[in-house]
Amino acid sequence: MNGVKKGVGGTLKYASLVLGAVLAMLPLVLIITGSFKTDQEFLSTGPFKAPASWTNFSNYATAFTEGGMLRAFGNTIIIFTVAIIGTIFIGAAAAYALDRFTFFGRKAVLGLFLLATLVPAVTTQVATFQIIKALGLYNTQGALILLFTGTDIVSIYIFVQFMRSIPRSLDEAAKMDGAGHVRIFLRIIVPNLKPAIATVVIIKGIAIYNEFYMPFLYLTDPEKRPISTTLFAFKGPYGSQWEVISAGIVITIIPILLLFLFLQKYIYNGFTSGATK
Amino acid sequence: MSNVTGVVPTPAKNAGDVRSRAARILKPGGTRGGRRRSLTPYLFLVIPVGLLVLLTYVPVANMFFYSITDWDGLDKTKNVIGFDNYVSVFTEPDNLRVFVVSLYYFAGSFVQMALALYFATLLSFKVRFKNLWKGFLFFPYLINGVAIGLIFLNFVKPGGGLDSTLMALGLDSLVKQWTGDPDVINYTLAGVSVWRYMGLNFVMFLGAIQSVPRDIYEAADLDGATRWHQFRHIILPSIRPIVGLSFILAISGSLSVFEIPYIMTGGANGSETFVIRTVRMAFVNNKVGLASAMAVVLLIIVLLVTWLQRRLVPDEEVDIV
Repeated sequence: MNGVKKGVGGTLKYASLVLGAVLAMLPLVLIITGSFKTDQEFLSTGPFKAPASWTNFSNYATAFTEGGMLRAFGNTIIIFTVAIIGTIFIGAAAAYALDRFTFFGRKAVLGLFLLATLVPAVTTQVATFQIIKALGLYNTQGALILLFTGTDIVSIYIFVQFMRSIPRSLDEAAKMDGAGHVRIFLRIIVPNLKPAIATVVIIKGIAIYNEFYMPFLYLTDPEKRPISTTLFAFKGPYGSQWEVISAGIVITIIPILLLFLFLQKYIYNGFTSGATK
Repeated sequence: MSNVTGVVPTPAKNAGDVRSRAARILKPGGTRGGRRRSLTPYLFLVIPVGLLVLLTYVPVANMFFYSITDWDGLDKTKNVIGFDNYVSVFTEPDNLRVFVVSLYYFAGSFVQMALALYFATLLSFKVRFKNLWKGFLFFPYLINGVAIGLIFLNFVKPGGGLDSTLMALGLDSLVKQWTGDPDVINYTLAGVSVWRYMGLNFVMFLGAIQSVPRDIYEAADLDGATRWHQFRHIILPSIRPIVGLSFILAISGSLSVFEIPYIMTGGANGSETFVIRTVRMAFVNNKVGLASAMAVVLLIIVLLVTWLQRRLVPDEEVDIV
């Protein structure tokens, strides 16, 4: 009897998993098949009809060249690279000061960082916009770099947490050898933070790549904008050409898919530990 | 996540642990080193704290000031008009409607958590191809929001994938104008949000369930506990804190919705959300004063919710960081 029960339970279990996976993947699969269809084909055939040719890459070519996706990737890489280097140094410097020194105002600084995690970025942009404009950064990549670098408190916490596991004896040995604080920071602290840096790079990399709100508000120049707002702009000129939009979507997703396939474990860990801040 | 203790009273030993951990962060430097007064820590903190103040605290302070003015974002002078903007946020029908829209997303978050809980429970037991299922269910969360919006515009358009699927199943009567009908549109958009965020909830719940040592399940098996008993007495208590946290966060989350409805509809057909309206007031209608008041209201709600969360869901992690 137990066996029968398990059999039914097993079938139900796998049936619901298959249903869940199909619901999660179906909208995406239809985009992939659509991206290989020709203009005429997309309009005349149903969404479940396979494309006539699986090697019709003309929509991809259009998305890359006319849609400006190649340039958008370049822009995203520039913004990501500068912002991530800034984030690492700012996070590590803050963590170094907060974990390795006692000084007047330390609790106040910790409190400022803690309180800032409660302020959601969507609420403050009305006023942040005026500051970016006053700094002369509106419509530059500098605006995004500054905002990604200067408002990432979660990264600072990841560094502070990790800093505690780096033995103080390492700092002290270096100090004995006559190293100054800057040297200790660059030669001892930063290299030993590598695992934390890896987590920050992955989690922040995905966040920057997917960010829409900030570039939408601060960077409207088609020459300078990153991937998400470039894809958003497809809605205009290609509004009726769903096969080109589909190719643009697939191009946007591929880098994240590759990252996910190769770094699954780190991604799951990063999101589950970072989720509660 | 493994540190969440929730409602189980913390044993004295653990409490001591936490205190000493907290003390270590609050009073670093151990017994030696760093006691010498120097400028060094301040030099390391100049840039991080400077950016924090410039990009978080100054905007918050300015926002409070803008909210009591009639500023249009350009004018040199800002006339203080008191609380008129706040009155308008809570009395003008167009401003009130966005609160109603957020209820759809709030309801959606319950569906999302129920699904996440179901799949997390399922995958916490022995299942074939576990990683594959986990990957399928989680991957949507990693997809670019713009891509998601466009994927679903394609999926729900008349004659698109959703309609075709329903017709193939003989459910023609369920076919709707998914984004064209004001009575349907918010269900559609909330559904897309569920699709997008379910994976994150699922992975967080799964992580919490798996933090329970395996031998507890084995012991339960030996005692003849059914799967339902295991769910009721082992799984549910282990994830209660994170479920509670998710429920509470859903309140501020459903008011902060922006990307999906903005990308898919631009806020048309009665799908305007609180943040879409705030952005429109500030950057299109040049009503920075009113937009700031809306942003302040949202900020206060988020702060209240967070305060409530910390009262209801004791979380050591929060005290420590």
